[in-house]
Amino acid sequence: MTETPLWEVFIRPRNGLAHKHVGSLHAADAALALQAARDVYTRRGEGNSIWVVPSAAITASDPDHADEMFDPTGDKVYRHPTFYEIPEDVGHM
Amino acid sequence: MHAALLEIADDCLVLGHRLSEWCGHAPMLEEDLALPNMALDLIGTARGLYDHAGALEGKGRGENELAYFRGERDFVNCLLVERPNGDFAQTMLRQLYFAAFMEPYWRAATASTDPVVAGIAGKAVKEVAYHIRHAGEWVIRLGDGTEESARRMRAAVAALHRYTGELFESSPAAEAAEAAGVLPKRAECRAEWDRVIGMVFAEAGLEPPAVAHMQTGGRQGIHGEALGHMLAEMQSLARAHPGAVW
Repeated sequence: MTETPLWEVFIRPRNGLAHKHVGSLHAADAALALQAARDVYTRRGEGNSIWVVPSAAITASDPDHADEMFDPTGDKVYRHPTFYEIPEDVGHM
Repeated sequence: MHAALLEIADDCLVLGHRLSEWCGHAPMLEEDLALPNMALDLIGTARGLYDHAGALEGKGRGENELAYFRGERDFVNCLLVERPNGDFAQTMLRQLYFAAFMEPYWRAATASTDPVVAGIAGKAVKEVAYHIRHAGEWVIRLGDGTEESARRMRAAVAALHRYTGELFESSPAAEAAEAAGVLPKRAECRAEWDRVIGMVFAEAGLEPPAVAHMQTGGRQGIHGEALGHMLAEMQSLARAHPGAVW
């Protein structure tokens, strides 16, 4: 089984908008990966749509580069939409 | 009427139990979940049918009495479903053969004159459609896979094909239920079964053997030796502790 490719599984929850990563599995090809995802990850009615992606197709950021990648945003609080006064007429946004 | 329902209920229970024997032994984790998933679909269908059959019979037998307190000769499942699991190729082919019959059967049964049967059929038809897909994809990949997998798939066809003719035979009990519009005519599922099996076999590079004689007898309670062993294990807990709950 060592040569069986690894797949990442994404499920869209019922009434959810976006597919979320839920885990991974082994399967020989895309069709079997979809079936395995259904059998492994949707046994309790978790969702109504599945994506499977070969794990090898994912390019991940390097944890060693986390400082330069993500720390610079730490002091840019003005990017959060909390500096605007919303007129009362607008109600809930 | 209850006798005809028992035949299909026994098919589902026996095949469901066979699949459950794989639990913890499947060739990969993904299949270790997929096989019991299918087992639970089938056992769920069997429960509904036993419950209804017991009520129609009117002798106070419920699902537990029917599943656990009948002997081998009282079981009226077809021979295909009691065949031992063999290897993974054999298990998948057995599943495909059965599901390709049950899909058109349940689809027709959604129009049953018995609303309980129609309800069971409506749920089961979706489940067996998935069983066809799952087993079919494996039969294709094993048949059209490596030299070893193709050899095993051909061996599975040679071992199991002779049990497929019985699927389309209606017992006197079934004929009565068919005449009353409660259950579909089994012979009428043949064309769709041939179409599905033909499609899968073409992709898998498999050929049905030229079978001279189809095995039959399950509907009369005449079974192979494997069923008794299976029932002994399946029924042992309920018989050792009657009425046990958990």
